[in-house]
Amino acid sequence: MNSVMHKWLGGRDGLIGIVILAAIVFVIMPLAFDVFRLNLIGKYLTYAFVAIGLVMCWGYGGILSLGQGIFFGLGGYCMAMFLKLEASDPESTKIQSTPGIPDFMDWNQITELPWFWQPFHSFTFTVLAVVLVPGIFAYIIGAAMFKRRVTGVYFSIMTQAVASILTILIVGQQGYTGGINGMTDLRTLLGWDIRTDSAKYILYYVNALLLFGCILGARAIIASKLGKLMLALRDREDRVRFSGYDVASFQMFVFCVGAIISAIGGAMFTLQVGFMSPSFVGIVPSIEMVIFTAVGGRMSLIGSVYGALMVNFGKTFFSESFPTLWLVFMGMLYIGVVMGFPNGLAGLYTMYIKPRLGARKNSKAVVAKTVVPAESAPSTIADNSPSNA
Amino acid sequence: MGGYSGSELVDIFTMQAFAGFSLFSVFVLMALGLAIIFGQMGVINMAHGEFLTIGAYSTVLMSKVAEHFPAITNVYFFFAVIVAFLVAFIVGYLCELLIIRHLYKRPLDTLLATWGLSLIMQQAFRSGFGAREVSATLPDWLMGSWTPREGLDIPINGLFVLGLTVVLSGLVFIFLYRSRWGLKVRATTQNRVMAGAIGIDTAKVDRITFALGCGIAGVAGAAFTTIASTGPTSGSLYIVDTFLVVVFGGAGSLLGTFASAFSIAQAQSILGFFLSGSMAKVITLVVVVGILMMRPEGLFSIRVRK
Repeated sequence: MNSVMHKWLGGRDGLIGIVILAAIVFVIMPLAFDVFRLNLIGKYLTYAFVAIGLVMCWGYGGILSLGQGIFFGLGGYCMAMFLKLEASDPESTKIQSTPGIPDFMDWNQITELPWFWQPFHSFTFTVLAVVLVPGIFAYIIGAAMFKRRVTGVYFSIMTQAVASILTILIVGQQGYTGGINGMTDLRTLLGWDIRTDSAKYILYYVNALLLFGCILGARAIIASKLGKLMLALRDREDRVRFSGYDVASFQMFVFCVGAIISAIGGAMFTLQVGFMSPSFVGIVPSIEMVIFTAVGGRMSLIGSVYGALMVNFGKTFFSESFPTLWLVFMGMLYIGVVMGFPNGLAGLYTMYIKPRLGARKNSKAVVAKTVVPAESAPSTIADNSPSNA
Repeated sequence: MGGYSGSELVDIFTMQAFAGFSLFSVFVLMALGLAIIFGQMGVINMAHGEFLTIGAYSTVLMSKVAEHFPAITNVYFFFAVIVAFLVAFIVGYLCELLIIRHLYKRPLDTLLATWGLSLIMQQAFRSGFGAREVSATLPDWLMGSWTPREGLDIPINGLFVLGLTVVLSGLVFIFLYRSRWGLKVRATTQNRVMAGAIGIDTAKVDRITFALGCGIAGVAGAAFTTIASTGPTSGSLYIVDTFLVVVFGGAGSLLGTFASAFSIAQAQSILGFFLSGSMAKVITLVVVVGILMMRPEGLFSIRVRK
């Protein structure tokens, strides 16, 4: 029991963090906001999946992927293809020249459902595809890059290039993908109308549950020996390699985990927002997703959820009220976070708030050192939990 | 291609190849600066495209000034190139001083910080010059096209940009390989610690090199105004392609940068005639990424990756 507590919940501190976040997500948000705003928060929380994936890849693995939008998008598109097929039954598309295929295919003079669309008639296949397609794609990219010891900025550039290719492809092949508009007009999931208020509530909760599942899963990985190894290879890749570990397979593993978590977020995005488009796949959204993690704290799973929520709240607020200021503010956020507080909100919390809380309660000394991943300087490893090995 | 006769096909091929040369010029001008910065400092400057835009806007401003003085309309462009260089150089210098130099130890963070910088610069352009695209008034001698024979039109501005690219590349080559300062730059690239130990002020070398790379991007901007109109995001459209050019060529190798800019631009342009533009780009990029996955050090590499 004790070890489960430490492993999955990150000790007492971790448990408190999770409980507070759960209270906010499950109780306070639904009470405080109407269904429209709650749906919006649900959308922000789907970005939190990507942010969690980035904590794993970037914060712990030292791999900065600037193409997480690829996986978010692939997951979202898989789900969107299923919903689109369901929305395009022969009955409701009978005005088309070819009934029974998605409307954008009809507009592009395609008369038959392409082969890669066929399996998306099955919901089971779709759920598997949401996880497997991005997972396999990430495995291929990871295998090609990490086996040849491509990491750091090279890897970031390559992921960007892949994101760029995928966007151009989706936009260019509009007969198969819906083009720049994406897949719109998604209505039902297995006959259940996802546009009603009650469906939005249910989807919000499903989304939140999945999010907590991902957080706990990621915690378990981080707390395990695997997590320690990831930190070690982030800080001193060579030493880990010389100790006999196959560095590439660890990097591939964490990259795939990050991709799959992002893809789940993408699928939930499609369900809650009701469409998917290439504007969530490309370079700009992918880098934007990194700032969520950077603001929340690249070493903190919980922090990155707050990061995703706050940046997106800010974005909605600023772009509604002061559209011109938003980009400048966003730009300063990137520079400020990186230069001023590299560990984000979570780092500020551990540095300034936590010591005071600790002093007041006179609790057991739990030392947490903040880590600024530096290429050259050996850095201390954050270790919140007493050793339970 | 049934509809074309043999000589028409040759003409089309030549013109398409020439369109590729214009793309090649923009790639090279942008990649030169990036290759120097990336090759020397390992810094990824995501705001590099915005330095191109700065150069382009200052050229546009110069052309507006020149409109009031009819006497200089034919020659103002040469001044504009110099001004574009200086403006971008100074802004680059300040950026290095204020932001980049604090982040040399953290290349991934530099990437994010410069991305933030590019967002701020884009918004500044939008507030300063408006969201709509503007273009410089070109002197007459840059307009029109050269027609060696019927059916074959080669635009003069494209020729001019190509010429500018060649001249600038020559200057960069002389600077890097034939000057005292270039020696210091190369020494710092190859072994920073040792270069510092023999008395080279590596911090200063970094600053000047960064500013110089930005200045070259400014010149690229000046050249850019002759072939397209300038908007707040003009430069950022090329940034990923240019990174691929640099990485594909092998960081730190000028020859590699040329070779890769040439092959990428030509492949894109010639494929663009047979396929749709987007598929041409996808195929080119996929091939480049594929080759880089097989051979991560790029076409020409002068040093082992760290």
